[in-house]
Amino acid sequence: MAIELAGLSWNPVSDLEQLTEFPFMVQALEAGTIVAVMAGAIGWFMVLRRQTFAGHTLSVIAFPGAAGATLAGLPIALGYFGACGMAAIALSQVSRPGRESPGSESAAIGTVQAFGLGLGFLFVTLYSGQLSDLESLLFGTFLGITAAQVQTLFWVALAALAFLAVIGRPLLFASVDGAVARTAGVPTGALALAFLLLLGLAVAATAEITGALLVFALLVTPAATAQQITARPGPGLAISVALALSVTWLGLAIGYFSPYPVGFWVTSLSFGLYVAVRLLLGALARRRGPEPLGAAP
Amino acid sequence: MNTQAISSGAEPAGRQEAEGAIRLEAAAAARGGRPVWSGVDLSIGQGEFVAVLGPNGSGKSTLLHVLLGLLPLREGIASVISGPPGSAKDQIGYLPQRRSFDAGTRVRGLDLVRLGLDGTRWGFPLPTALSPRGRAAAGRVEEAIELVGASAYASRPIGALSGGEQQRLLIAQALVRRPRLLLLDEPLDSLDLSNQGAVAALVQRICREEGVTVLLVAHDVNPILPYLDRVVYFAAGSGVEGTPREVITGPTLSRLYGVPVEVLETSDGRLVVVGTPEPPAHHHARHDHGD
Repeated sequence: MAIELAGLSWNPVSDLEQLTEFPFMVQALEAGTIVAVMAGAIGWFMVLRRQTFAGHTLSVIAFPGAAGATLAGLPIALGYFGACGMAAIALSQVSRPGRESPGSESAAIGTVQAFGLGLGFLFVTLYSGQLSDLESLLFGTFLGITAAQVQTLFWVALAALAFLAVIGRPLLFASVDGAVARTAGVPTGALALAFLLLLGLAVAATAEITGALLVFALLVTPAATAQQITARPGPGLAISVALALSVTWLGLAIGYFSPYPVGFWVTSLSFGLYVAVRLLLGALARRRGPEPLGAAP
Repeated sequence: MNTQAISSGAEPAGRQEAEGAIRLEAAAAARGGRPVWSGVDLSIGQGEFVAVLGPNGSGKSTLLHVLLGLLPLREGIASVISGPPGSAKDQIGYLPQRRSFDAGTRVRGLDLVRLGLDGTRWGFPLPTALSPRGRAAAGRVEEAIELVGASAYASRPIGALSGGEQQRLLIAQALVRRPRLLLLDEPLDSLDLSNQGAVAALVQRICREEGVTVLLVAHDVNPILPYLDRVVYFAAGSGVEGTPREVITGPTLSRLYGVPVEVLETSDGRLVVVGTPEPPAHHHARHDHGD
């Protein structure tokens, strides 16, 4: 594939200088960094709790929220956070802990998702149907972040991560071993709601930059890759954040020098990493010989 | 015939003065308005290994839920470690029923045991190397894992372990806080026969060495019979308690079920209960319209 990387000098120092020459690029890097840390950490818990589908639902609901806010002349961030927050509360009502019928639950959630997408489409059409708006809502505005947006993102992420640090250990307990956590006195129901709200925050913050459809590049893929690499909670979280950061930085840098959109690069990089790690771990496991008998399910 | 009266002579020394770990008097329990059992008296001393037996749906797990304080008694009095149920949560280790982790669970056995120790604590833990409390906790986790003989595989993901290995780690998790009472709900359920005996022997050793009272729910008494001090047998809406030889007899079980029941002993010492009615279907048909 011949990619024309306009302006790339292959000299790291001058390339870095080029990257940070324009404020829009600095703001994109700052916002990307904040969002990657937040999505990497919260995404790790989401994958552990097997709530990827809930995360997907929240990101789909983010789209009508943002479109509705644009139509009503409200700040677009309000649309993202409002819609994701309400959807998180609604989801926690549908998926009560202890209810063991994920099938009917996911069907109900899927129905709401389709309706949400339809609503978003209506709002965009009503807003005199400017196609570029639709595209940025769905696929992100990496290079259109304002300094004010970066500030808001910073405080939201700081609050969310501080809260996650406080509830982290009981949340881990409730996530892997709910029945025992409950009898040990962990408020599993309240934690489930708190986590969905955190997830809503992370999705809304990420969607502002990556768009509603590319949220998963930062929320799922780095976390899923990290859990492939290690089963230890601390290092797993760190790897998840580190991977989210690297794909964001690399994606922004490549996107700056290439004619293709940043969103494409960020998603491709995280997808490539995931596939590479899976193949590598698979090869390692085969070299170590067949799994011991006890490992059979 | 009163099983309590017979048992008094055979009780371990010290049982009377030691404060009872568990007492139930004229207790009755109900689930969703449906009575499960009633008229149950229990007196279990500290450090005894007790099996909870009976057919499906007879209320074995219900007893554990009552003792944990999750389900209030409908009638009668209950006391667990010198207080009402639920008052001594941190002194009870609990292993719920049919818990297994599928192959995708990416958490080490070690982490699971550690969560049993301090998983309820809020706040971000410092790396173990930097905090004395973290080092003490890691030491205690290692000790508990050694006690159940799971050191060899504790650092592998729990989902990649066999049922017996998972069960040992779950017992370590229930033990890690040094509880005075261990409530194990069908821990032998998914294990083959030789593993059932091995885990029962392990539980008995812990019971003796650590002085922990153990209540173990099982559906077959035979693999664990040699290790037991007492049994609680639930059937037909009631329950009796005593040593295995008192309770698992034709007369006692006939009285409990309300129909003639025979207990046969095979040449290798296995007990076979013959002639019990099929209570679950009958039971449901009688009570379903009451909801």
